Amino acid sequence: MSALLTTAPSLVPAATTVGNPAINIGIFALFVVVTLAIVIRASRNNRSAAEYYAGGRAFTGRQNGIAIAGDYLSAASFLGIAGAIAINGYDGFLYSIGFLVAWLVALLLVAELLRNVGKYTMADVLSFRLRQRPVRIAAATSTLVVSFFYLLAQMAGAGGLVALLLGVEGAMGQRLVIVVVGLIMIFYVIYGGMKGTTWVQIIKAVLLIIGAGIMTLWVLSKFGFSLSTLLGDATTASQEAGGKDLLQPGLQYKNPIDFISLSMALVLGTAGLPHVLMRFYTVPTSREARRSVVWAIWLIGVFYLFTLVLGFGAADLVGASTIKNAPGGVNSAAPLLAFQLGGEILLGIISAVAFATILAVVAGLTITASASLSHDIYNTVVKGGRATPEEEVKVARLAALVLGAVAIIGGIFALGQNIAFLVALAFAIAASANLPTILYSLFWKRFNTRGALWSIYGGLISSITLIIFSPVVSGKPIDPLTNKSPSMLQGVDFHWFPLDNPGIVSIPLGFVLGYIGTVTSKEYSAAKYAEMEVRSLTGHGAEVATHH
Amino acid sequence: MSKEAPDRVVDDLNVTMQNSPEFAQLRSKFRKFVFPMTALFLAWYFLFVLLSVFAKDFMGTRVLGNVTWGLMLGLLQFVSTFTITMVYARWADRVFDPEAEALAQKMGGQQ
Repeated sequence: MSALLTTAPSLVPAATTVGNPAINIGIFALFVVVTLAIVIRASRNNRSAAEYYAGGRAFTGRQNGIAIAGDYLSAASFLGIAGAIAINGYDGFLYSIGFLVAWLVALLLVAELLRNVGKYTMADVLSFRLRQRPVRIAAATSTLVVSFFYLLAQMAGAGGLVALLLGVEGAMGQRLVIVVVGLIMIFYVIYGGMKGTTWVQIIKAVLLIIGAGIMTLWVLSKFGFSLSTLLGDATTASQEAGGKDLLQPGLQYKNPIDFISLSMALVLGTAGLPHVLMRFYTVPTSREARRSVVWAIWLIGVFYLFTLVLGFGAADLVGASTIKNAPGGVNSAAPLLAFQLGGEILLGIISAVAFATILAVVAGLTITASASLSHDIYNTVVKGGRATPEEEVKVARLAALVLGAVAIIGGIFALGQNIAFLVALAFAIAASANLPTILYSLFWKRFNTRGALWSIYGGLISSITLIIFSPVVSGKPIDPLTNKSPSMLQGVDFHWFPLDNPGIVSIPLGFVLGYIGTVTSKEYSAAKYAEMEVRSLTGHGAEVATHH
Repeated sequence: MSKEAPDRVVDDLNVTMQNSPEFAQLRSKFRKFVFPMTALFLAWYFLFVLLSVFAKDFMGTRVLGNVTWGLMLGLLQFVSTFTITMVYARWADRVFDPEAEALAQKMGGQQ
């Protein structure tokens, strides 16, 4: 997803703007007004905890599937993947495959069982048959860390991207954009809860997929609806401009081990992302949870096929050098293509969709983190499980306000940073710290508290440590073109881990630590395991939808 | 709403159910479907990843017009993902759900 807003080369200087900022702002304002109206209408009845955290579990599988697509397809997977394909051809396409295949892990192993066992958060499932307090704290910690880095990446990307599309120049203006985006998002979450957030994601997903679909048909119509012609023309155009053969592998990923490591994080990370998991609680049954994933897989898959066409279309119709020299760099491929095809209006629509995307994704992350703070930390740890639902929701709203403020401030600080490491970290942590514990607790009889703690903290600490000492943070050689190092920090080099992504080490480590921790501890509760397993497979005792 | 977090009341019904042959059959049916399927799609995905980094010449060879082997196999990843999704959803709707629901009913339905 935003893993691709990678080197985000100088998101800052945006003197040259394409299109008409007034149109862009107008269409975006329309989106905000419409979604606000829907959020307000949908959220009149948001007092109970199940309403606030899980939208009353009353969404259908199809609605939730569309919302999942809206949550998952961040601005970066639209702008980033299209741009990566336009510049690096085949290698850009590889990202989308990992992101899609990852959903099979969620479909086959996680979604339905999780829906049956849990209530509001990921920690509900992880702590079900283990010692509540320590496991909840661990699961909430990793939820917060993953969501925070993901959030920061979105906000940082939002500032630069949105500023580019609106023609807002200078650091002050971009900060203002981040603040405005953050405030609207906070309102959606606090007022709308999960129900409001879900509707924002649904509307956004529909706009995004229709917008990308229209552009795809438009591009294909220029090449006689032949993918082969499009590929051929794009490659020729690239080579004539002194570029590379876009169909050859290896343009973006030079180090095979690094790419394998990244692929592991992509394919195993999705089913451990807390904001994705929490969406499964918004449907009434495990069968609807299954439907959600089926819908999500179709929508996400089709969308990635669109980006393949858009990327090669941009390579041919816009050209690599124009894209690279545009203010948003690689990420501007899709907007530039929209401008090329449909002028200011289409650009305005596509820009508004990009805004909407950032809003929807950030809202989903904020509600997840606030739910975990309130339900896992405040209720279970502070109040010993005795908080009333009203108190919990109150705390969750407060947490959303604080987290929103943190996201705004963090986004301002992260502005112009290389944000790839944030998202790589989010996926790698999700795959290393969350996925092993989720799978063990669902499928391994013997699994116990020590195994969970070792796995969560081990995965968390190892992935963060390896990122800190990776070339992403320090020590990449200076790029003669920009005269800057692609690393996050300039002028220092303390890296000793050779890879950009820690997955190949930290994911197996998470699994191994979970195993060793388990077998060295005697703890085991047969009764709780029976309850969990019976509930996960049959749905007996699972949370039901609220009626009102 | 069902039982609340830490002081969960444990009903022995669950243990009885878990030890029953019907439940063992349901579990094994589920695992026999999802585990091999998971192994299959992960193996196929990592084969694709390995080919992309270690067999670049092959993946860059054009096979159908300008479509290379790499793109072709990549698109086949989409096809296989869609196929597995449909096959699983169909199996779960028709085979798994009725059996799981029968056991849930036997335990007294949804509270």
